[in-house]
Amino acid sequence: MADFDAIVIGGGLVGTAVAYGIARLGKRPVLLDEGDIAHRASRGNFGLVWVQSKGFGVPEYQRWTRRSSDTWTEFSQELLEETGIGTGHERPGGVTICLSEEELDKRRRLMEQLHIEAGETNFDYEILTHAELKKMLPAIGPDVVGASYTRYDGHANPLYTMRALHAALLKHGGTYVPNARVESIQAAPNHFVINAGGRSFAAPRLVLGAGLGNKALGEMVGLNVPVRPVRGQIIVTERLQPVLPMPTLMMRQTVEGTIMIGESREESGFDDTTSPEIIHTLAQRAVKSFPFLRNVRIVRTWGALRVMAPDGLPIYEQSSEFPGAFVCTCHSGVTLAASHARYYAQYVMDGALPAELARFSTKRFDVQAAA
Amino acid sequence: MFKLLPDSPSERITVHVDGQAVSVPPGFTAAAAMLLHGTGSTRTTPVTGEPRAPYCMMGVCFECLLQIDGEPNQQGCLVTVAEGMRIERQLGKRKVDE
Repeated sequence: MADFDAIVIGGGLVGTAVAYGIARLGKRPVLLDEGDIAHRASRGNFGLVWVQSKGFGVPEYQRWTRRSSDTWTEFSQELLEETGIGTGHERPGGVTICLSEEELDKRRRLMEQLHIEAGETNFDYEILTHAELKKMLPAIGPDVVGASYTRYDGHANPLYTMRALHAALLKHGGTYVPNARVESIQAAPNHFVINAGGRSFAAPRLVLGAGLGNKALGEMVGLNVPVRPVRGQIIVTERLQPVLPMPTLMMRQTVEGTIMIGESREESGFDDTTSPEIIHTLAQRAVKSFPFLRNVRIVRTWGALRVMAPDGLPIYEQSSEFPGAFVCTCHSGVTLAASHARYYAQYVMDGALPAELARFSTKRFDVQAAA
Repeated sequence: MFKLLPDSPSERITVHVDGQAVSVPPGFTAAAAMLLHGTGSTRTTPVTGEPRAPYCMMGVCFECLLQIDGEPNQQGCLVTVAEGMRIERQLGKRKVDE
């Protein structure tokens, strides 16, 4: 049996970020990755490092997201220095485009509320008119009424980020085990033995970072993780000369020139295919926002499954039944990667989650539904 | 480097390869016209600017991207030549008209 300081289950962005963070502390993590049979949200996501509009009514989420976004530049730089792999991260600010006065009014109210809820964290934002936005994004079309802007938003390439995290994990002495579907967990407080892929692994800490797989894994260590899939669909265009100097909520241009379009949310179970209706709707809104797209070629579309809690928030918890077992799950694996690597990994090794994460505890699911 | 097969039809049409008027058999593809009359690479890649040329000639590899009659990023191996067609190299990322 191989002994480690921590076992992390899940080889996507969340699990790998935490495993890398643990290795970076000089500890010895092992990262167990199921394989391509897993749902692989990290292979299908959009790549925004997004702050604006997150955490309405939950200032703790706004702050946690901001903290990660504020850490991302340094996090990305460190990965580049350690691995030579650039994540493509940029933080030029971002906008949410509104195509009607009604949308813009709604947006204005949302941003005002977020500003109030931010309190002393401060939340700077602007509501831009068509003319003001046109100066920042000259390619917008006449149907664009305005937009909200914050300087906290940015984007990165999720695949390069994951590659860099994997490389950095190995560089710091971490162990990666592919094709390691978890078969059983023997749990005792601060002592976990896991059988996966025909091998045994033991460690005093366990982190569940397996996305939709956390639901079943959680039950094995006394953690209630009621995540469900929410599908998103994405359109990818041919590569273009730079035309979008900053990301919008539904569109970003990668450093390679590709434009990605996506903003859909559907309850589709575990079906991760695409549908013509959604792609049509996405394309229509994209062309209305940026008419030049009318003549741009689509080279790919895909669907992927977000990992969603009933209230849309991350789930961070240590098992009270089996202390030492933690769950780390969210639908923003890119945005929160910096926080998971820098902070969550530290909390796991310290053996306690701080008060700032109490809002994300599984206890919030224990409230009984009114009859 | 490339030559027509000896049994090629004798009929010819005129197309413009990077501005030069050349003659090719009808039924030729734009990529084949480039190979016959172009000078080495037919495009540069959008990210690193590496020179490339048609490869699979059957619509799979996307190495033959060309600008055809002003339309960028066309798969040259899937476009049949027409009289007067303007075929140009695709240099890096395509431009967009804002």
